[in-house]
Amino acid sequence: MNTLASPFPLRATPIQRLPSAPAPAIDVDSFALLAEPPPTGSRHLRFFESIPSALTALRANKGRSVLTTLGIIIGVAAVIAIVALGEGATASVASQLQGLGVNVLTITPGSTRSGGASSGAGSSVTLKAADADAIAAGGTGVTAVSPVVSGSAQVIAGSANWSTRISAVTPDYQTIQDWHVASGAFFTSQDNTAANNVAVIGQTVATNLFPNGQSPIGQLIQVRNVPFTVVGVLASKGSGIGGDQDDTVLIPFRTGQVRLFGSTSINQIVVQVADTSQIATASAKITQVLRQDHNLATGKADDFSIRNNSDIISRVSGVSQTMTLLLGGVAAVSLVVGGIGIMNIMLVSVTERTREIGIRLAIGAQPGDVLSQFLVEAVVLSLLGGILGIALGSGVALLMPVVAGFATVLPWNAIGLSFGVSAAIGVFFGIYPARKASRLDPIVALRYE
Amino acid sequence: MTTMMIENQARPARALDTSDPMLSDGIPVIQVAELTKDYTLGTNVVHALRAVSLEVQRGEFVAIMGPSGSGKSTFMNLIGCLDRPSSGSYELDGVEVTHLSPVQLADLRNRKLGFIFQGFNLLPKMDALANVALPMVYAGAPEAIRLRRAMAALDAVGLATRARHRPSEMSGGQQQRVAIARSLVNAPKLILADEPTGNLDSRTSVEILAILQKLNAAGATIVLVTHEPDIATYCARTVVFKDGALLSDERNQHVANAAEALASWPAPAQEVPA
Repeated sequence: MNTLASPFPLRATPIQRLPSAPAPAIDVDSFALLAEPPPTGSRHLRFFESIPSALTALRANKGRSVLTTLGIIIGVAAVIAIVALGEGATASVASQLQGLGVNVLTITPGSTRSGGASSGAGSSVTLKAADADAIAAGGTGVTAVSPVVSGSAQVIAGSANWSTRISAVTPDYQTIQDWHVASGAFFTSQDNTAANNVAVIGQTVATNLFPNGQSPIGQLIQVRNVPFTVVGVLASKGSGIGGDQDDTVLIPFRTGQVRLFGSTSINQIVVQVADTSQIATASAKITQVLRQDHNLATGKADDFSIRNNSDIISRVSGVSQTMTLLLGGVAAVSLVVGGIGIMNIMLVSVTERTREIGIRLAIGAQPGDVLSQFLVEAVVLSLLGGILGIALGSGVALLMPVVAGFATVLPWNAIGLSFGVSAAIGVFFGIYPARKASRLDPIVALRYE
Repeated sequence: MTTMMIENQARPARALDTSDPMLSDGIPVIQVAELTKDYTLGTNVVHALRAVSLEVQRGEFVAIMGPSGSGKSTFMNLIGCLDRPSSGSYELDGVEVTHLSPVQLADLRNRKLGFIFQGFNLLPKMDALANVALPMVYAGAPEAIRLRRAMAALDAVGLATRARHRPSEMSGGQQQRVAIARSLVNAPKLILADEPTGNLDSRTSVEILAILQKLNAAGATIVLVTHEPDIATYCARTVVFKDGALLSDERNQHVANAAEALASWPAPAQEVPA
């Protein structure tokens, strides 16, 4: 009995059907599948299945996925670029300071006190040339010692003049400060002992006093009306901490004391030790020698201070690392904001796909399957942002030296960390939407419009 | 495809035979006793289902009818393991399910049940093959098995050539056939069809019923919810609900043959080319 009302009367002859009409010519054998045992498998497989399905879901909303990851992309890129810049700055500062010599100690006079008011380090006149001799003789393990007296003066050569810094030093100074001679030679110990009027000039001084390109060697220059013969030109060190290092004139120490500065007090003593490991012991021994030399009673404060460049390097590096950390931290905040963006979109996605979740639950997805599906989606999203951010940040870090002239160091640790952090952000901000999805009632979800 | 065919032919059992003592072991697919479901709406308690008892044997094709609010949807949700009853017992294929956890129920839905919905409920971003394979994903089946079985199921509903099409590229009838393929792919004990023809024109409805009848002939136990008496005539048994209780439970004297009805049906005016 066919009660389904047909609008057409039954015909004896078969109806001619359109060739395109799909004829569901199905025989019972087609459903052999029903007789086969149902497929089974492992939970692992079910978890890994959520990865391609997450990619499919994200690809379905390409524009939205990219916009969502933008927060993470910018955050990661900012962290990497800033850390690269910071580490580059730290490294370049450290290498500049390294040029000053890490195994060098600088001894300066202590501060003077009058009525309790300190005039600051270097204001007293407690250091004398004899101290340098005592350090050199006192078995302190130093390899080179040079007292330094310096002052500013105008230097005249013919019709040219130039104001610069004059330093009276011993020949040891050349090794201690790692000066190289471009032409001529550094003055000798004999020059020092004999207080010869010879000078070694820096590149900046040479170009300013001899602008026509003639060789300064053998030329006479006048410093405070005292004539000096130029015996050497120093190789350029460029500018570094404290300005143009090439803007200097070096004269023998005794010449300076006798003919130019006319004083027995000195500005500083520079000392070189064999290597950095001996800095501490050398420093202690120098202190001992100087205290003895200055007749300081026990308990009385030192009237001098000893600094070494590795201290300065570590302090400057420390400052620059702190800055890097600070800026990196600020950038990391944007990562968290990016994570919140992901959570937002995942919540929208859960709502939009309520029906899909209902279907999946109806055909046998367990709450855990739905949870892992959405969690994997969030993690893939944030990892995608992380990877794009790493690419962008590294690109910026690599372009910065070329475009802006900043030194950068590609921070591998920050890159690795960013990758891990973006995965963690995905998990952290993905768990709430995913839990929400997994707790849906299949009946309600299936009816959701 | 070729490999798949060969593998299929290599299987000794082509279809379920209810006369086989191994398969027809006398355990009903559905055994429901005093099943009750109450909802609390504010201070009112709604008795959606009042102590319903019913048995469905292996290989049956049952139509569940009743007006809206009769409790047939609640009953479907309960036997579909989507909801838990307030009281009473429900044994699905010999297993008491009323006290199982949501995770265990999900597992039962996956292994023992197949769903066909009025709105097809295919995942729009996936092609037909992926949709059909999805229940096997949740069964944890390896990809090779999933592909083979999903193709076989699509082939069985006559849609092997449409495997790579998305639901949006298919007609309603084709989508519902994909849904049928999905429902049978895990070789379930019971296929639940909730108004499967509700969104289809009458000719396509009969096409779907023809497939369901073939599926039933191949051994599948099917419970179909409908409010159209015409549709119920294609089922062997009709259960009518009213006010949350069973009103009638009868075997149909004359079961309409959908394939025959289809043969005498006039050709559709227009058909999207396959």
